[in-house]
Amino acid sequence: MNEALLILGMFAVTFSVRYVPLVVVGRAQLPPRVARALRYVPVAVLTAILVPAALMPTGELDISLSNAALIGSVAAALIAWKTRSLLLTIVLGMVIFLVWRGLVAPALI
Amino acid sequence: MTQTDYPTPRQEFINGARDTIPLILGAIPFGIIYGAIAINGGISPLATIGMSLFVFAGSAQFIAAGLIAQGVAPLLIVLTTFIVNLRHMLYAASLAPYMRDLSQRWLAPLGFWLTDETFAVVVRRYADKDDSPHKQWYHLGSSLAMYTNWQISTIVGMVAGSQLEGLADIGLDFALVVTFIGIVVPMLVTRPMLVCALVSAITALLTNHLENKAGLMIAAFAGILAGIVMETLLGAKDQPEAKTVEVAQ
Repeated sequence: MNEALLILGMFAVTFSVRYVPLVVVGRAQLPPRVARALRYVPVAVLTAILVPAALMPTGELDISLSNAALIGSVAAALIAWKTRSLLLTIVLGMVIFLVWRGLVAPALI
Repeated sequence: MTQTDYPTPRQEFINGARDTIPLILGAIPFGIIYGAIAINGGISPLATIGMSLFVFAGSAQFIAAGLIAQGVAPLLIVLTTFIVNLRHMLYAASLAPYMRDLSQRWLAPLGFWLTDETFAVVVRRYADKDDSPHKQWYHLGSSLAMYTNWQISTIVGMVAGSQLEGLADIGLDFALVVTFIGIVVPMLVTRPMLVCALVSAITALLTNHLENKAGLMIAAFAGILAGIVMETLLGAKDQPEAKTVEVAQ
């Protein structure tokens, strides 16, 4: 029963943050300044999630060749830039990351 | 352009689901890992799938599973969920101008299904120049594709359960990183966007130690602010195309 209450609570807060702005902001006429700011949301938020995951995979800053997440990320960024293909970026990025982690990084130590 | 030139709702729906497939690939490992972690952390099977069905928020579910396993009080878990999901407020706010004409019948479910992935896909469709009246069907297609996949992945993770305990260790969690790179990099076409990304990245690294992903929100706001400042400094020449205004009509 406790679990049901927990899920209800998690549902309530999650649904609120997703739904309320849709209604409130949609009703209001957005000031142009705010509308402009909102265009930066995807890049700002996604970058803030991915960069620490790539550069601090263990919680500490790790800029070295033994950090497979960093190598995989740099490779993925180049692939994304060249091909503009999300699918290629994901698949090749994962392959490069896994190969580097499994084969190259251990050989560096 | 006449009415018949627009894609039908059905076409929009299929396109939305199809364009979301690459992101689904990135989400599958997470659903599986979540299901495995939750089951192994002592959460009942019903609650494990219940969370995927009713909360539908990947990183919040992960963290909740970890906190439950450590015996943290439910109220604190709910509060953590709120903070971790705050970024959705920004997503919803930036989609709202495109969705202002939709009825509650659309807004409530599309709001419930809002995720990083669906946001990234549909924001591009909404910004497309054509004023198709059926873009919400594209949004619905993307949402349902993500939702269905999340339930299936969760169940796979639950079934696989204990055998997959080391799943996070084999590096599937990196899928999120490459997925986001694939979304962000092609958007870095103007100098303000580039500056926004750089500032967000550096701030995120500096604030990464803060609890409850507070650093994420700080970094996001710093990035947005930097983008606007840069845009203002450069004048109107080098800014992302203004799309919000035309769509309103």
